[in-house]
Amino acid sequence: MSVVLLLLLPVIAAALVLLPFRKLWAPAVTIASSLVILVLAARIAWQASQGESVTSVLGTGFFKWINVDSLSALILLLIAFVSTTAAIYSAGYMAHGDYSSWRLRIYYVNFNAFVFSMLAIPVLSEPTLVWIAVALTTLTSALIVSFENTRDALEAAWKYVVLSLMGAGMALFGFLLLFAAFEASGSTAAFTWNDLGNAAPGMPPVLLMTAFLFILIGLGTKTGLVPMHAWLPDAHSQAPSPVCALLSGIETSVILYVIMRLFPIMRAVPGSHAATWAIVLGLISVGTAAFLLLQVNDYKRMFAFSTVEHMGIILTAIGLGASNANYGALEQVVSHSVTKSFCFFAAGAVLLAVETRQIASVRGLIRRSPAAGAALVFGGLAIAGAPPLAVFLSEFSIMKAGLAEGSYAVIGLLSFFILIAFFGVMMQINRMVFSAGNTESAGVASGVSSRPGKKFHLPFSCRLALAISGAPVILLGFYIPPPMQDLLAHATAILTK
Amino acid sequence: MNSTNQLLDNLNALAAALFLLTAFGMVAMRQARGVLNLFIAQSLLLSASALFLGLRFHSDHLYGVALVDIIIKPVIIPWLLRRTAPAEIYTRREVNQALNIPTALLAALALAILAYFLAQPILGAVAPQFRNPNVPIGIAGLLLGAFTITVRREAVPLLVGLLAMENGAFLAGIAIARDLPLIVELAVASDGLIVVFIMGVLTRAVYRQIGSTAVGELASLKEAPETAGEERTA
Repeated sequence: MSVVLLLLLPVIAAALVLLPFRKLWAPAVTIASSLVILVLAARIAWQASQGESVTSVLGTGFFKWINVDSLSALILLLIAFVSTTAAIYSAGYMAHGDYSSWRLRIYYVNFNAFVFSMLAIPVLSEPTLVWIAVALTTLTSALIVSFENTRDALEAAWKYVVLSLMGAGMALFGFLLLFAAFEASGSTAAFTWNDLGNAAPGMPPVLLMTAFLFILIGLGTKTGLVPMHAWLPDAHSQAPSPVCALLSGIETSVILYVIMRLFPIMRAVPGSHAATWAIVLGLISVGTAAFLLLQVNDYKRMFAFSTVEHMGIILTAIGLGASNANYGALEQVVSHSVTKSFCFFAAGAVLLAVETRQIASVRGLIRRSPAAGAALVFGGLAIAGAPPLAVFLSEFSIMKAGLAEGSYAVIGLLSFFILIAFFGVMMQINRMVFSAGNTESAGVASGVSSRPGKKFHLPFSCRLALAISGAPVILLGFYIPPPMQDLLAHATAILTK
Repeated sequence: MNSTNQLLDNLNALAAALFLLTAFGMVAMRQARGVLNLFIAQSLLLSASALFLGLRFHSDHLYGVALVDIIIKPVIIPWLLRRTAPAEIYTRREVNQALNIPTALLAALALAILAYFLAQPILGAVAPQFRNPNVPIGIAGLLLGAFTITVRREAVPLLVGLLAMENGAFLAGIAIARDLPLIVELAVASDGLIVVFIMGVLTRAVYRQIGSTAVGELASLKEAPETAGEERTA
């Protein structure tokens, strides 16, 4: 029952925020609903960490397709966490822009609808319905990507919608082929992830392989894998910062989760080369993103490219395929989600403080806004994989697993690219935060209002969101709580099956 | 009985062939209105094919597909588009495509042939009664839809390209995945409605911003050298 409630809450919240109350009403409803979702998701994750699978008790009709196993529970928990911090962050961040209360309500309607569509992906276990939820994530987030209504934001939203839906069209055919393969195996079970895995040995390999490729290319577009990534840096930089945190921090990982679901199925097909595809696409993504990171000139785009890089790392790890590598991949999903959402909150704080996205225009940030500057440095170090933080630990697990398998070439390339990415990110951030000179001059030149010499104070809700999302970034760097370890282990078992 | 099946197969093949023709038309047609009409024709052909296959295999599910399709795509989608997007989109006539029309048609032909070869292994893997022209033509529809999106700049042809990809996937889908739960078809079709609504709203916003619905002309976001980047902020 709690699973159905979990899906209903954001829908109810989306309807409630439309009520014409005071300006605080919409953010308050959104935060309250996100908090309840977080509690429910934590409970489900707790049950899943004990090795249970949470099904809807209703058991009939549509509800037979609702099933949360430990892998879904992990993703569910991450969505709930990131959407909660993003909701808290939104309260202060959106109040800072001078939007009419009607526009703000539209923002929160879309925000909740977007959270709903993301929650539906891990909760549903019927692949074609999952496809619909994936398409919905694009549609519900399109209008908040274009929220600022500038020429650039509209362009980003168009590219986002057109390319993502183009990918979705390819993936749709893949899912239909998957269903055809399932029918051809003669299985009479329901068409769900679980039964699909059981029926896989009886499926025609050609159908399965074609389905896999169409889904990999189609959903890979939405995950931002190179060469289908063209829309990602645009959409992930033009949207309002809390939305970027959702898009980059969790949406890409959720879509990657759908791709991950295919790998246990593909293992039943001899000579399918699914793992090779994953490693090649993954390494290309990491490599391209690493070199693009060296030459970005917009700090939100920089974090967007870093998302492409991390998706590549995760896909490569999945391609390595052994149990340890899968564990590392899931660990990386967790650490990337918490860290990347933190990074975009920090980037949003910088944007509020200096009102420009250009790296070249931001100088000596630490003097203008110590909080934003410190957050940016911390976020940069964390996402680039500096030692005692979460991403370092998970990247380390992946490399250890890869070396144990003897995939020296893959791990060699991977660590080389990660090193370049580290250098790229830290070089840009260092220039922005610590260099001599003032942001004011650039601000005046571009006609942006700045109050010279005055320190900028970050809204309280932004500070709170930064603190909450920063905590696991530090904690997961040296200590993974036992329930979390159990959850990861169970989820790994599903992937390795 | 056998001759009825033969007739239904032939009718289905005819519908599929005309479907392919509409997909080619979308690549070449310049008038925005004409592209929309082609999409309506294509959707009617898709439901005709579902109907013929439904009669052929006595499948209630395929009648459902035909019904859902004929209500949503030719009727509700054009209506919704009229309500959300600016009226300007219908009068648009696209002059500078990324490729000129003969070149685009040649490339489309190459894609259709590619689709035929892609379909062969799939046809080899399914049961004999599923081996009908829906699969290669569906794949061709999918690829030509994607191609339409890449060469077009106007809002309506872009939108129609997306919906045509879905049509193509389903034309192949009804042949090989007949027993897909109806709720899926229903959900996919309503998904199409949301696509139209969102793209309509976005088109309106773009029209207000740049005074045109040639959304493809928005192309300033890229990794520009730093100087160009600063100009944009200014």
